[in-house]
Amino acid sequence: MNRTFSRRRDRLLVYQTMREGKITSARRTTCSACGAECANLEWERNLWVCPRCGFHSPVDAYYRLSNILDPGSFQELEERISPADPLSFPGYPAKLSALEEETGLKDGAVAALGRVDGCRAVFALLDSRFLMGSMGTAVGEKITRAAEYAARKKLPLVTFSASGGARMQEGIFSLMQMAKTAAAIQRFQSGGGLYISCFTHPTTGGVTASFASLGDIMLAEPGALIGFAGPRVIEQTIKEQLPEGFQRSEYLLDHGFLDRIVPRSEWRAVLGQLLALHEKGGRS
Amino acid sequence: MSRYTPEEKVKIARHPDRPGTADFINALFTGFFEQRGDRFCGEDPSILGGIARFHGRPVTVIGHRKGKNLEENLRCNFGMPSPEGYRKAQRLMRQAEKFGRPIITFVDTPGAYPGREAEERGQGEAIAQCLALMSALEVPVISVITGEGGSGGALALAVANRVLMLEHAVYSVLSPEGFASILWKDSSRAEEACGVMKLTAQDLRRGGIVQGVLREPEGGAHTDWQATFRTVDAALTRELAGLEKLRGPALARQRYEMFRAMGQGLPPAGREEP
Repeated sequence: MNRTFSRRRDRLLVYQTMREGKITSARRTTCSACGAECANLEWERNLWVCPRCGFHSPVDAYYRLSNILDPGSFQELEERISPADPLSFPGYPAKLSALEEETGLKDGAVAALGRVDGCRAVFALLDSRFLMGSMGTAVGEKITRAAEYAARKKLPLVTFSASGGARMQEGIFSLMQMAKTAAAIQRFQSGGGLYISCFTHPTTGGVTASFASLGDIMLAEPGALIGFAGPRVIEQTIKEQLPEGFQRSEYLLDHGFLDRIVPRSEWRAVLGQLLALHEKGGRS
Repeated sequence: MSRYTPEEKVKIARHPDRPGTADFINALFTGFFEQRGDRFCGEDPSILGGIARFHGRPVTVIGHRKGKNLEENLRCNFGMPSPEGYRKAQRLMRQAEKFGRPIITFVDTPGAYPGREAEERGQGEAIAQCLALMSALEVPVISVITGEGGSGGALALAVANRVLMLEHAVYSVLSPEGFASILWKDSSRAEEACGVMKLTAQDLRRGGIVQGVLREPEGGAHTDWQATFRTVDAALTRELAGLEKLRGPALARQRYEMFRAMGQGLPPAGREEP
């Protein structure tokens, strides 16, 4: 048991070291929002928030956790859940294995146990490198098990979403993950569990319309696109151009759907504060 | 049963003369009292709901409404609800639970409305709350997919103890047009999408997504409304009798476990090289 845990902990450390080795000032990355080109080292120091325009570019699940959790507290959960191909969708298995090769993930979600400033919590994150973090059966199952695990252990649940919505390749089974995850969150919350939902860029469709919108506390990174229908679909439907800033975090905050916008560098502090406020007995 | 191809079924499911929620309510229920408004800011006619009697027993009935002529279609936004509709549905379901009434829903929508105001008022949140609420209701819930079951906008009224489907109705993660447009960037490949999506009642029954398939008259429900009503009436009567034997917590548990199991136990995707 302990050995399994320490092996899992090592995984995040190995991952961090691996990343650091890759980051040099020789390689440069262009911001997809403003087009400015900066050295990767500069991006890295800025947590992959554009040093010029402040665009919070998507980051992978492990990177995000490595910036939030207390060092050495990471224990991955439910690593073995793997995707299914219920429609026998042409090319889907090959796509999945290529992505597994590329990302080391079996599907687009990571669940983990960790601490922030000493407060334990269960984390579930979507990883947009994997088919835009779309929710198929494996992602739905992982979110559900994270909620069930948190309920069993009486721990708070924190999710970070980044998703194109329900995964088309798994058809109706993906749609059902919306009901499944929403039901699991509902059950967790009615048992007294604290659920903090954090939106990152972009989160749309079936993820916005299920577990991600059910947080007791709702947070988002600056400038994140958050919505049910994507802006392109809306523009096609209403045949007019959408205003600047439509469906962005700031817009959602103005319309009453978020508690706060949290810049990437502040996640650790904000989550630490919230988790401490909900510690048993309300001790500080 | 499978004399029609999936593409043909999509056409039948969308047939303008197919009976809609209002028709089912008129035919199967007595003393319908329509309840309107979400008590926040609006009334969305694309969801029709209220209290009625089903064989004498008070029930709450809710469904998507497309409208029967162009004027009604426009008023009902072609059956594409806004957040107000989903929040009205939540209000009605909470009330049904309070008064111990079973809930019967009729599902027939291309999807939730993808519009500017709908987003502004939290379409995603409204659907999510419907799913969460329905999953824990301690009264019997039966859903009948009567026409198109499109995406989250359909599922928001279909987290039920029993999900039944008319023989030629369809139910899918997205409309075939949307599916083709997302996956192949080409909405004109909708027919091809119909073929791969497994959206027919028969496929969904096999996949454990729906629990019953209701026979339609020759040619589809629009050819003989009375026969369709008789079939749906008999199915609702039978299912309700079964569910009413369960107590509230057992109903919530059965529903939770049914949806909990969806997508579990599927064989892992084969990893053969292309």
